[in-house]
Amino acid sequence: MRRRTRPLRLRIVFAVAVPIAIVAAWQIVATARPSLYWPSPLMIVQSFGRTWLDGMIVQDVLPSLGRFVVGYLIAVVVGVVLGLLIGSFRRLRYAAEPVIDIFRAVPPPVIVPVVMLFVGIGDDMKIIVIAIGSVWPVLLNTVEGVRGIDEVQRSTADSYRVSPWRRYVRIALPAATPQILVGARQSLSIALIMMVISEMFAATNGIGFNIVQFQRLFALPEMWGGIVILGVIGVVANVLFTFAERRVAAWHFGMQESR
Amino acid sequence: MTTTSASLPAARERTRARGRAEPFLWGLVGVVVLAIALQVVPALGIVNPQFFPPLDRVVVAFAGELATPAFWSALLATLYGWLLGLAIATVAGVVLGVLIAGIPIVAELLNSTIEFLRPIPSVALVPLVVLLFGISMQATLVLVVYASLWQVLIQVMYGVRAVDVVATETARSYHVASWRQVTRVIWPSILPYVFVGIRLAATVALVLEITGELVIGSPGLGKQISLAQTSGAVDTMYALIWVSALLGVVVSIGSRAAERRTMFWHPSIRGEV
Repeated sequence: MRRRTRPLRLRIVFAVAVPIAIVAAWQIVATARPSLYWPSPLMIVQSFGRTWLDGMIVQDVLPSLGRFVVGYLIAVVVGVVLGLLIGSFRRLRYAAEPVIDIFRAVPPPVIVPVVMLFVGIGDDMKIIVIAIGSVWPVLLNTVEGVRGIDEVQRSTADSYRVSPWRRYVRIALPAATPQILVGARQSLSIALIMMVISEMFAATNGIGFNIVQFQRLFALPEMWGGIVILGVIGVVANVLFTFAERRVAAWHFGMQESR
Repeated sequence: MTTTSASLPAARERTRARGRAEPFLWGLVGVVVLAIALQVVPALGIVNPQFFPPLDRVVVAFAGELATPAFWSALLATLYGWLLGLAIATVAGVVLGVLIAGIPIVAELLNSTIEFLRPIPSVALVPLVVLLFGISMQATLVLVVYASLWQVLIQVMYGVRAVDVVATETARSYHVASWRQVTRVIWPSILPYVFVGIRLAATVALVLEITGELVIGSPGLGKQISLAQTSGAVDTMYALIWVSALLGVVVSIGSRAAERRTMFWHPSIRGEV
């Protein structure tokens, strides 16, 4: 299976052919046989301008995104800091591993009712829920990354009496970065799911809240619009993450390519 | 993994045993500390025991649950939905993965679509499946299959791409029928990828099953959790949450063990002593 490289124009055609075909087929079927549940792409787009792009973007989409970003960043920071600590002490790691395994096995959406007991249904509930739900992949991967530090690096740091702080920032963190990024990518999709779930449970605004509202009102093109928005956010978040990843760990990817 | 040949010197055997015992002992310490913390922290009032009851009350609630038929039928419903969803996702993922990755032009055409569909959060489909199927097991099943299908599909596609070129070219030059190429060349070599996919999917499917029950209200542990929450039975709610976590631990340990059992012949497992 040799990989032939095609000219760019042909590659673009290949990339858009199937999506266009799907949308076109959907449009044709939906016009030929209108169904309440499957509004045509055209109807979805039309309703989009009336609702999601008109006011809702400030009232609902931006608050959702804000909670998503804040919760996710908290998860990454907490996961990396705790992971560096746990990963650096062998016995602490042995003791922490089963505990982390238990907490990680809790289906993340289940923590929504728990957090609701403590802090009600405000923004803080959603941020906490997003952070708790998505912290585990970062934490576990950081621990693994620190564990895998080159033995020579470690003993060199020992013999030069590198201070603990510098040891974390200069040795452990860079060494664990590729692994941390793997975890951070997994966390990203969990954070998005938690954003939606927390809003479906109890909220007064947000994308998840409105999708459910539209469904209850049988405003199906609008509901579909919300699903499309979530899809776009998922794709964009992934693309942005890839960009950031290339930035943060340019040296790592350079090494991989030269291999 | 545990079988060590008798020819090994006894001393090495002992250090090995100690090497295995140390993580286990410290792990035990970790779990005990956790249990003590779960008991003491609420009992001392550091967190409000009304919101976070001490462990002994949760254990009592758990024992109470064990005696109710509702708990057992919920547990069965969850396991059934999980297993059915996982089975459907596995079969569909393998078939689609082999078809897509096995035919290069199809792979090229579908690549962008897959990359676009995959990041869509599965829970975005909740309102849709509720409309289509109502508050039923099928609604949750669709979520489970959608979310876990990707895990299998992506792994299988990796696997098909990693099939030894010499093997496929050999089969082709001997004019082996394409069906036999799939069963004799591709299948054995993608098997480890399939297992990794199933293992990842098993965890995802369980999470989505319980999520669906919680949000949609289809029968299962998730529904029991939301019932306990709305009726203010905080102890029971925590007991059920721990049950779902335990289920997750069992699934992840079980799927790892199953992988080792069935794949003992494969280099990726044999190498892992």
